[in-house]
Amino acid sequence: MADLHNNFVGIKSPNPFWLASAPPTDKAYNVIRAFKAGWGGVVWKTLGEEGPPVVNVNGPRYGAIWGADRRLLGLNNIELITDRDLQVNLREIKQVKKDWPDRAIVVSLMVPCVEESWKAILPVVEETEADGIELNFGCPHGMSERGMGAAVGQVPEYIEMVVRWCKQNTRMPVITKLTPNITDVRKPARAALAGGTDAVSLINTINSITGVDLDSFAPQPTIDGKGSHGGYCGPAVKPIAMNMVAEIARDPETHGLPISGIGGITTWRDAAEFMALGAGNVQVCTAAMTYGFKIVQEMIAGLENWMDEKGHRSLDDIVGRATPNVTDWQYLNLNYVAKARIDQDACIKCGRCHIACEDTSHQAITNMVNGVRHFEVIEAECVGCNLCVNVCPVDNCITMEPLAAGAMDQRTGKPVSPIYANWTTHPNNPMAKVAAE
Amino acid sequence: MPEGQFKEGIVGGRLAAEQYADNFSDLHPPLDHHEALVESDRCYFCYDAPCMNACPTSIDIPLFIRQISTGNPIGSAKTIFDQNILGGMCARVCPTETLCEEVCVREVAEGKPVQIGRLQRYATDVAMAENKQFYPRPEPTGKTVAVVGAGPAGLAAAHRLARHGHDVTILEARPKAGGLNEYGIAAYKSVDNFAQAEVDYVTAIGGIDIQNGKALGRDYQLSDLIRNYDAVFLGMGLGGVNALRADGEDAAGVTNAVEFIAELRQASDLSGLPVGRRVVVIGGGMTAIDAAVQSKLLGAEEVTICYRRGQEHMNASGFEQDLAAANGVTIRHWLQPKRVIAEAGKVSGIELEYTALKGDKLAGTGETLTLVADQVFKAIGQSFVPAALNGSGTSIELEAGRIKVDAEGRTSLAKVWAGGDCIFGGDDLTVSAVAQGRDAAESINRSLTQG
Repeated sequence: MADLHNNFVGIKSPNPFWLASAPPTDKAYNVIRAFKAGWGGVVWKTLGEEGPPVVNVNGPRYGAIWGADRRLLGLNNIELITDRDLQVNLREIKQVKKDWPDRAIVVSLMVPCVEESWKAILPVVEETEADGIELNFGCPHGMSERGMGAAVGQVPEYIEMVVRWCKQNTRMPVITKLTPNITDVRKPARAALAGGTDAVSLINTINSITGVDLDSFAPQPTIDGKGSHGGYCGPAVKPIAMNMVAEIARDPETHGLPISGIGGITTWRDAAEFMALGAGNVQVCTAAMTYGFKIVQEMIAGLENWMDEKGHRSLDDIVGRATPNVTDWQYLNLNYVAKARIDQDACIKCGRCHIACEDTSHQAITNMVNGVRHFEVIEAECVGCNLCVNVCPVDNCITMEPLAAGAMDQRTGKPVSPIYANWTTHPNNPMAKVAAE
Repeated sequence: MPEGQFKEGIVGGRLAAEQYADNFSDLHPPLDHHEALVESDRCYFCYDAPCMNACPTSIDIPLFIRQISTGNPIGSAKTIFDQNILGGMCARVCPTETLCEEVCVREVAEGKPVQIGRLQRYATDVAMAENKQFYPRPEPTGKTVAVVGAGPAGLAAAHRLARHGHDVTILEARPKAGGLNEYGIAAYKSVDNFAQAEVDYVTAIGGIDIQNGKALGRDYQLSDLIRNYDAVFLGMGLGGVNALRADGEDAAGVTNAVEFIAELRQASDLSGLPVGRRVVVIGGGMTAIDAAVQSKLLGAEEVTICYRRGQEHMNASGFEQDLAAANGVTIRHWLQPKRVIAEAGKVSGIELEYTALKGDKLAGTGETLTLVADQVFKAIGQSFVPAALNGSGTSIELEAGRIKVDAEGRTSLAKVWAGGDCIFGGDDLTVSAVAQGRDAAESINRSLTQG
C-alpha cells in the first residue's frame, strides 16, 4: 500500500493535500471540518497586523465562468485577507493545532513592508505552535493597492528583503507564496531563495475579469455598478500554474527548492501531475469551495490507487519525475514524426476533425470517400499537429502514431531518421551551431 | 375505479372527471431554460451534420442549437423559421426518432441523441410567446395566388408567397385552418390550442386571407381558380379513407380513426366523448397508434391494434409503438380483418385471419381468431379523392392515385402547383408537406416574377 505521508520542509502531514490560504481556512470551525474530512493540512487564511482588521465589500466577492451543465471552470475573488481580529485567529490556531497535532497548520501572513511589522507578528504566530508560515506575496486585489501582497511579489528585491527579515526573526519554516502576475516567475523564486526561504508555493490567483454585464456594462462581480479585477483560480488556471511550477523546478538556480503546488487542483490526477512536475505537496481551494471538503477522500483514494497500480511506494517516488522531461522548444527532436490515425470503429462521424483540419490547418482529413461520409487521415498532408485529437469528442478515437525510424514519411517523401536532431543544429537556423572542425 | 369503466358499448364518462386532463396533458413537456442549455451543450456542432441532411426542410440544426446554447433563442427561432415556418408544430409532431434524431451522431455513439425536437420547441416557443415576426411583408406585387387547403403545405406555401409580396387567398373546406395539425394529431401531442396559435403566427405577416368552409368541387372549381388567380397551389391532403374490405364493415361502431382523432381534438369536454369498452384498431401506422392510445386514455378497458404484417413492417415508429405499449395497448401482428361481427346492427366482435408471407406476397393462412369488440377503428390509410378536381376543363395528371408533380411542385396544368399529402411521392409527414409547400411557393414566385 502506497504511503501518502508528506514531509514538506520538515512539516509533516498524513497526506499531501493541504487547503490553501483562502476563505475555507478562515476560522477554526471550517478548519476542524476540513480535518474531520481528512485534509492533511491547512494554510490558515492570511493574518494582517495587530489593529482594526480589514473590511470586505458587502456585495459579491466571487465571479465565475462555467462549462457544460454549469460546471464551474474558473472562479475569481475579491475577498481580502482575514477580516477577523488577530487575537481571535491566534487563539483558534493554537487550539486547533493542539487538538489536531498530526495535521499541518501553516499560517499565512501579510503585513506592511517594514521590518518592525514582521518582527511584531512573527513571535505571536510562533507562540501558537503552528508548523510554519507562508508569506502572502501574491494576493492581487485590494491589498496590493496598499503596497502588500502582489505589490511585494512583483518586485524580487522586496521578496528577498522580507524573506530575509522572516528567516532572521523566526525558527519557523518559511514558505514564500508567489504571484503569477509577473513576466518570468523564476525571478521572484530566485529572490525568495536568495533571502533564505525554505520553500515557495505557487500560484496565487491571476488578475481577471470574469464577465461583463451587457445591460449595465459593468464588470462582474459588480459592486454598485463597478467592478475591480479579482484573482482567478480553479480548473481553468491549472495549465498556467503547472508551467510555472515546472519553470522553477527545472531552473538550475532554484532546482531542488521545495515547491508547494497550487492552481486548479481538483482531483487526485491534478495533484499527481503537479507533484510529477516538482511540487512536494499541493494546496487546494476552489475545488473545496465548489464541492465541499469531502473531495479530499477521492483525492486520497485516487492517489493511493494510482501509486499502488504503478508500484510507487512513497511520494518521493513521484515528486519531480516529469521535471527532466520539461525542456526548451529548441531541444525538441525534429526528426520525430507522428501521424494522426482515426479508429473507424470508434468514429461517430461528427466531422469535427475534418472541418478543423480543413478550415484551420492542413487539409489532411477527408469527409467523403467513394461517395460515403468517411473521415480518414491523408498521411501525405498530415503534419501530426494533434488538433484533430483535441477536437474529437470521442476519447481515444484519434491517436497520434509515431512513425518508426526508417518508415517513409509520405508528406516529405523521406524516410524517418533514427537520429535525434533539434533546431540548434538545423540547417535552416541562421544561428545554428556549426560543429567544430 | 369509476363505474364508467364497466359500461358496455360506446359511451362517454368512463373515467373520473379529473383524469381526462391528466391523460391528455403534453406528451413531451417543454424544456425549461436550464434544461435547454444543458441539452444544447450536448450538440457536437457536426460538420455537414447528418441531422440537417435528414430533415425534410433542411433546418440548420447545429446552428439553431448553438444559438440556444449561447443564450440567443430568438436567433435560433429565426434559423428554424427560415427553413420551416411551421417549425413549432414540427417540433411537436415530427417523428424525430426516424429523422434528425435517428442519425444524430450521439445516437450512433451512445444511443442517446440530442433532443433536437424539444430544443426546436424551446426556441420556437420563445419567439412565438413574444410574437416575434422575422419576415417583413414587402410592397405588394399585385400578383394573386389561390391556395387550396390550410394545412401544413398550404400554410407554408402561403407564408413564403406573402414574404415575396404576393396576395394569397387560402380556401379551406373545414371550419378551422391548420389541416391535420388541427384535426389529425393526437391531442397530447399538441396541447393548448397550439395549431390555431401557429396559424395566427404564420398569417400575421399579412397578405394571407383564409376563407373557411370553401370546398373544391363543391363551392368552386379548379378552373375558376386558374381563371381568377395568377397561380394556384393545391394542398388539400387526402379526403378518403381506405375500406377494410371485410364483411359487415357498415355495422354501427366501425369508425374511421381519422374522424375519431378529429372529433377528439375538437371536443371541448373529453368526458363526453364516447369510446368502446373493448376497442380493436386495424392498421399499423401513426393513425392507428394515435387512435389506440387515445381510446385507452379515454378509458377503454382493452385496446388491441391488429396489423396484417410484422412488427418490422409497421409504419409507426419504434417510439410510437413503445408509447402504445406503455399506455396498455396490445399490438398484434400478422392478422387481417375478415368479418365484422354485429348484433342488432352493432359491432360485437371482429373475426381476423392470420397471415403469412408466401414469397413476397401476403396471404391468409385460413386460421382465424375472434376478438370481442364494441368498437372497431379503421386506420389502414387514407386516399386521395380526385373527384373534386374533375369536371373543370383539362384534368390534372395523376400518378398512383395522387397528383403528379415535378421537382418544383408543378402539376401537369399550367399555373397549378401542388404539395403535401395529395401529391405522389411524398411520405405523409407534416414536415415534408411544409418543405413541398415552401418549395412550390419559390417556384411560383420565380414564374410570377420572371413572367
